[in-house]
Amino acid sequence: MASRPVTYGRGLRTLSICTVVAMAVALGLVFFYAPLEAEQGFLQKIFYVHVPLAIVALCGFVLGGLLAIQHLRTREARWDYRSYVVIHMSLIFAVGTLITGSIWAKGSWGHWWVWSEPTLVSFLIVFLLYATYQPLRFAIEDPERQARYASVFAITAGAFVPLNFIAVRLSTAYLHPRVLGSTSNLPSSMALTFLVCVIAIALLFATLCKYELTAKHTRAQVRALRRRLAGEPAQSITRPRSAAPTLQPVASVPARATGRSAL
Amino acid sequence: MELRTLESVPGMSLFAVTTFVVFHFALNRNSVEGDLAAGILWVTLLFAAILGVNRLFVADAEEGGFDAFLLAPVDRSAMFLAKALTLLAYLVVLELVAVPAFALLLLGAPLGPALGGMILTLALGDVGVAVIGTLVAALAVQTRARDLLGPLLALPLLVPIVIGGARALAPLLVQAHRAAPAARWLLTLGLYDLVFGLIAYAVFDFLLED
Repeated sequence: MASRPVTYGRGLRTLSICTVVAMAVALGLVFFYAPLEAEQGFLQKIFYVHVPLAIVALCGFVLGGLLAIQHLRTREARWDYRSYVVIHMSLIFAVGTLITGSIWAKGSWGHWWVWSEPTLVSFLIVFLLYATYQPLRFAIEDPERQARYASVFAITAGAFVPLNFIAVRLSTAYLHPRVLGSTSNLPSSMALTFLVCVIAIALLFATLCKYELTAKHTRAQVRALRRRLAGEPAQSITRPRSAAPTLQPVASVPARATGRSAL
Repeated sequence: MELRTLESVPGMSLFAVTTFVVFHFALNRNSVEGDLAAGILWVTLLFAAILGVNRLFVADAEEGGFDAFLLAPVDRSAMFLAKALTLLAYLVVLELVAVPAFALLLLGAPLGPALGGMILTLALGDVGVAVIGTLVAALAVQTRARDLLGPLLALPLLVPIVIGGARALAPLLVQAHRAAPAARWLLTLGLYDLVFGLIAYAVFDFLLED
């Protein structure tokens, strides 16, 4: 069993190297290639971090919903923890977005928070909604039900993301000129830099997700091996008190959940 | 069930009226109109609705109503429809009490001419609140901290309804230059109801599986 080829974590090194290269290229373009913006000067550079972060986080939320649909259709736990990891990572990216957005707003408009900017407001609402994802998981003990409920939440919330943006945008008069409305009005050098930044951040997102998945798999595997060394059944009825879905070890002895863990 | 125990609706109505009194003191004014009136009315109705949402499935979860329902030879979506209609009925009764009370206590503009548009707006909003409330209530009821999670989940999902509802009501509740609610807000509300109705209908089955 232990000699079975490890199926997780494959391609992690390639992905990581790609990410590092892409980030380096992106940063190089941001600082040395893209021209300074006439009105905002150097401050505008935060645009290359903030907007890609936001785009990737929102796409991550929607992706989490799609993975959750897959989970409800197939009932396989792996889709659930993919969905979990993606949403978890998007939440972190969303925090980054809110912080960089605040800094930018302070710099260019003089306030940390601006209600008249629909993108900001809808992003906050989406963030508040997803902030309840982990408490929801945490509050359900049965792992199978936890996965199911979390998927239902992820689907609902994933559909909510675009709807919410439409509703909030409708509600706000366009008071500010939209810097981040579209890339079409950017000079081509800026657009290119922006595109590279989006790709770099998306790669970063994918790499971090893959790392987290690999870490989860490895931890489950190590736990199972350690348990086998101690001469106990590979599965345990004790569950860690965690909001994260627990994984079945890849090479586990199936379903003899009687012993208690030594860990 | 509600008719027998009479638990939620009187509580919700009382809560709404009390909230108007609280608003009177918190804002320190005797009457409100326009934006402010629409906002106060919606916020009050929303929080009162959340009281009802929190109670919606509790009896079923505690008394084994879910198991009984799963044994019955009916489609699971019937449960969703039944609960959403129940919540809708709660909301209608709540508004029958809360809206006259609001007009009496706080509203500075006459209610009569606004009534038609108001009923339309509130009805559209209620459908949305009922759909989302039912879904969230079903999500939260099996968790440990259900009274906490329910509102936390529900409020962000209900924000678009507040936006649409408050914007649609605001022009109705002014003293001068009264205008009909803008069609786009009613359309927003209607679309939101429709989309969430479909989503909730699709995913509700998965919440009832054990």
